[in-house]
Amino acid sequence: MSDPSKEWPLWEVFVRGKGGLSHRHVGSVHAADAKMAVEHARDTYTRRLEGVSLWVVPSAEITASDPGDAAALFEPAEDKVYRHPTFYKIPDGISHI
Amino acid sequence: MGNAVSPLFTYALRLGDDSLILGQRLSEWCGHAPALEVDLSLANVALDQVGQATHFLGLAADIEGKKRDADALAFRRDVMDFTNCLLVEQPNGDFAQTIARQFLFSHYQALLFAGLAAVEDERFAAIGAKALKEVTYHATLASDWMVRLGDSTEESRTRTVNGLDWMWRFADELFVMDETDEAALKAGAGVDKAALKPAWDQRIDAVLSDATLERPAARRPVVGGRAGRHSEHLGHLLSEMQFLQRAYPGATW
Repeated sequence: MSDPSKEWPLWEVFVRGKGGLSHRHVGSVHAADAKMAVEHARDTYTRRLEGVSLWVVPSAEITASDPGDAAALFEPAEDKVYRHPTFYKIPDGISHI
Repeated sequence: MGNAVSPLFTYALRLGDDSLILGQRLSEWCGHAPALEVDLSLANVALDQVGQATHFLGLAADIEGKKRDADALAFRRDVMDFTNCLLVEQPNGDFAQTIARQFLFSHYQALLFAGLAAVEDERFAAIGAKALKEVTYHATLASDWMVRLGDSTEESRTRTVNGLDWMWRFADELFVMDETDEAALKAGAGVDKAALKPAWDQRIDAVLSDATLERPAARRPVVGGRAGRHSEHLGHLLSEMQFLQRAYPGATW
């Protein structure tokens, strides 16, 4: 596996912990295609009862924001506290919020 | 009953030995597989097999009622006392040979445990039902690899053909029904293994066809594992697996 051009492509793995929750990014696996990626994700990331559903996405298909643009993208939200739903009371016993 | 060995003890022992020896074989790959992901995948299959062995050998120990537990059966019997089929003790060879062995055996186990899950004897049925889910995945995994390796490069194809060729003569033993098997079947604890063969053939042929591989020619089957007549390979496997309990009897941690 020393020649990078011969390595299997990378896939990002998302696991749904239980019904009702979103799929969450947990890591990545190498695999030749989508089917193998699901098997590798199953064997690598759901060995301890972590999941009820798996997504795999080719890492190359993910478009990421440019860290250089972080200031323009994210900082304008800093002084807009009125967008946070902190003025509501959350009843006891509600989880996953 | 005197010294007569219960057929159900032997039946549970055989099921346990098959899983135990294959689990040990597969665990030899740990740290050596072609990729990290494949390493984990083989180790998972190995652990499933060892788990099944724990259940079956525990049941055998209960039936025997001589204060031997599953560990005693696994680590303190000699090679002639092992009742596993010859297929599972075959050496790993290369990755393709390991996959060929897994492919033939997992499809057998999937059919066997589907039958076992439905037997009258609840002790056997419970283990069969639990193990069925595991081996269903093993069969899928091994079949996928057969197709990938068979229908790929010249080298992977040649290795797969050779691996399958090595393992093929040990497949018939899986379906042999002897006195123990007949007794277990009659007692509502066993499966008619001979009757599984057509379904197994169908599964194997379908995958081989996807893999663009020929079914190996029929040849004289090699049998004897159930009676303790093993290949030289099993002794080497046991010497490694049993070393600790042999050197330090009763050691725990």
